[in-house]
Amino acid sequence: MSELDISRLPKGGKGFAHDFAADQTTFKGVPWGKAMMWIFLLSDTFIFSCFLISLMTARSSTIAEWPYPSEVFGLTIFGVEVPLLLIAIMTFVLITSSGTMALAVKYGYERNRKMCAWLILATAIGGLTFVGMQAFEWSKLIFHDGIRPWSNPFGAAQFGSFFFMITGFHGTHVSIGVIFLFIFARKTFRGDFDTGRRGHFTSMKSDYKAIEILGLYWHFVDLVWVFIFAFFYLW
Amino acid sequence: MDNEYNNNKIETKAADSSSGSYVPPADNIPASEIPEQELYHAKSFWTRWVFCQDAKVIGVQYALTATAVGLIGLVLSWGMRLQLGFPETFSFLGPATYYQSVTMHGMIMVVYLLTALFLGGFGNYLIPLMVGARDMVFPYLNMVSFWMFLVAVLVLISSFFVPGGPTGAGWTLYPPQAILPGTPGSEMGIVLMLVSLSLFVIGFTMGGLNYVITILQARTRGMTLMRMPLTIWGIFTATVLALLAFPALFVACIMMTLDNLLGTSFFMPEIFTMGEQLGTTGGSPILFQHLFWFFGHPEVYIVALPAFGIVSDLISVHARKNIFGYRMMVWAIVIIGALSFVVWAHHMYVSGMNPYFGFFFATTTLIIAVPTAIKVYNWVLTLWRGNIHLTIPMLFSLGFIVTFVNGGITGLFLGNVIIDIPLSDTYFVVAHFHMVMGIAPLMVIFGAIYHWFPLISGRHLNQTLGKIHFWISFIGAYAIYFPMHYLGFIGVPRRYYEMYDSPYMTTGVGLNQFITVAALIVGFTQILFLYNIIHSAFYGEKSEKNPWKANSLEWHTPEMPPAHGNFGKDLPVVYRWPYDFSVPGIDREYIPQHVAPSEVPTAKVEKT
Repeated sequence: MSELDISRLPKGGKGFAHDFAADQTTFKGVPWGKAMMWIFLLSDTFIFSCFLISLMTARSSTIAEWPYPSEVFGLTIFGVEVPLLLIAIMTFVLITSSGTMALAVKYGYERNRKMCAWLILATAIGGLTFVGMQAFEWSKLIFHDGIRPWSNPFGAAQFGSFFFMITGFHGTHVSIGVIFLFIFARKTFRGDFDTGRRGHFTSMKSDYKAIEILGLYWHFVDLVWVFIFAFFYLW
Repeated sequence: MDNEYNNNKIETKAADSSSGSYVPPADNIPASEIPEQELYHAKSFWTRWVFCQDAKVIGVQYALTATAVGLIGLVLSWGMRLQLGFPETFSFLGPATYYQSVTMHGMIMVVYLLTALFLGGFGNYLIPLMVGARDMVFPYLNMVSFWMFLVAVLVLISSFFVPGGPTGAGWTLYPPQAILPGTPGSEMGIVLMLVSLSLFVIGFTMGGLNYVITILQARTRGMTLMRMPLTIWGIFTATVLALLAFPALFVACIMMTLDNLLGTSFFMPEIFTMGEQLGTTGGSPILFQHLFWFFGHPEVYIVALPAFGIVSDLISVHARKNIFGYRMMVWAIVIIGALSFVVWAHHMYVSGMNPYFGFFFATTTLIIAVPTAIKVYNWVLTLWRGNIHLTIPMLFSLGFIVTFVNGGITGLFLGNVIIDIPLSDTYFVVAHFHMVMGIAPLMVIFGAIYHWFPLISGRHLNQTLGKIHFWISFIGAYAIYFPMHYLGFIGVPRRYYEMYDSPYMTTGVGLNQFITVAALIVGFTQILFLYNIIHSAFYGEKSEKNPWKANSLEWHTPEMPPAHGNFGKDLPVVYRWPYDFSVPGIDREYIPQHVAPSEVPTAKVEKT
């Protein structure tokens, strides 16, 4: 049953329609949770798109000067003004954590419990570092530069509003991800995915596929960050 | 791997060729692709009936909550009508109360009643039964979805009791007026409204993911997408729309909440209020309108598409005829759903946007008329020479077709920029959207309740009360909304607290009183309907199994009402679409979906 006979399906567009409307499952061999995560992420994409399109509208229609990101997000290290330094490190950490997540999924499917758990833990710590640096960035902008959600000394008030809202919303996503990563690290260390121990809330068994599903979420959060990075820091 | 699947034996019954030269096709049963779903079994009263994970119970919980909050919306409409019809008599209805009633009535009816009832109520109850699943794929998430919805409703209701009362900004909640002093409820009411909407979106997303994945990934053997009842197609497409449209509302709610609480300027331009300049600067109120209507227009179809689907099934079952053009119906639903995302700015013709932009949206809007007309033709052609049983669900279905055509045609007027501009913000608009997305979907909801009540409770609703309910609701709805078209034509603006002695009222005199009386009569008839439901649930005439002789799987469960797990020991196997009525060549009048071809070898049916 694990091998589906796809050779008999029609080719081309007809094949696509046939495949899509096929018996029992539309996405063959895809677990329910994974399909759900993809569709949730599609919905979440619309949320972030609305945020970013609103940002673009505001930026192109505001009457006041839009602040120059290299100055606002600069960091002075040993007396040298380095633009975008903190953001560069944050982005690096987050993208790296995506790498450890991908490795965790790989070791999970290989049933290498220890390695998988350590990599999930590494991912969680990467995420936590990111959130910590974001908190540092926020506090610098608020207390040092005097940027507020409703105003900022550099120009258009919408800059602060959108910055805190969008990075805050993304940071919430990362934080939720970090919480789940820690929970999953514990579950993996304990061997829940090997023994089929039941979930506390859902009372359902789960297996290593769950790690891939969490990984999808984590990669999505990273991908969104790339767009936020481009729109806020590079534009 | 193989031992995980206990029901994947490919059984191929030999064709019975003894009945002559006709050789029926072998009953091809595909192997099971999904393992048997592990169910959560409730152990106590609380987990069985309150914090329940069974989609059927959740569906009923959704429906009851939506109905309860819908009753509040109904009572609010009475207040509005009393004020409009008899402005001198009811002095306790001040302008603020009037605007609050308008706002809460609109939001409750569109989001908390219709959306929740169609998707949360009918969706939860019918999807697992109709696609042949034991439950939704994530029962726990499904339960959380309902409780989130309940919290959203409670937050909304709580806004009636805060200082300043609920928001009176109109259901569209346009800034800047929604959050400025002078608008009723600009203190706490608007915040609670926005929070409630955000919670609704979060709760709905949990449920919506369940509906979509159950339909896509958990169908029973033989249930291809093109064998699903149109009810499921309607609910499925509406859920996809909701998952993609609600994000815009969610974002708009967050931004407006921040504008209100933190004093940001997302939607707030530089503005003077009460002689003082506010601290806001440079925001765009039009941005809110774009976000709101990017949600708001698909929302119309979130309500309409399940109605389209359900009414197709009702018409087919009660006219004993297969649905005309099933594939066309499916594609029409999908195309309407897709088009609904590129028409939103037809709600904004008078917002000051570029006229050419308006013509683009007028074009896309009018294109929607094509698949919609296909659907109407197909309903009528299904009825054509059908064996029409004038049961109550059929009466409501017929009422739906007529009302929907009426509301749809006025939609063609309003979709054109040049006709819309003079009619904008008049009672013509009120009449249009009440006809097309108020009365028409409600007709389907009523029909669906009369149709599926025996399944849910095992008893019939009272037929006499049902007929009274239908005729008063149907004729009453026309008595209410037909005059409103006329009021709109002579220029009566909507959302006015009182018309005073304005020139409009010289020719329209008496109409407002007439509408009010009709509205009160229709409103009280709904109380009769509720009495019918409550009374029949306990004392109604007992229903036999499958009272309407329908084909779809929900009527063919071992027990009626269906038990936990829906289908007993083995899930049904599906061989055909649910519309094999009055098939030539056999002596039975209908062939349920799970009847194998070898059982009806002489039936002359198309292969579906």
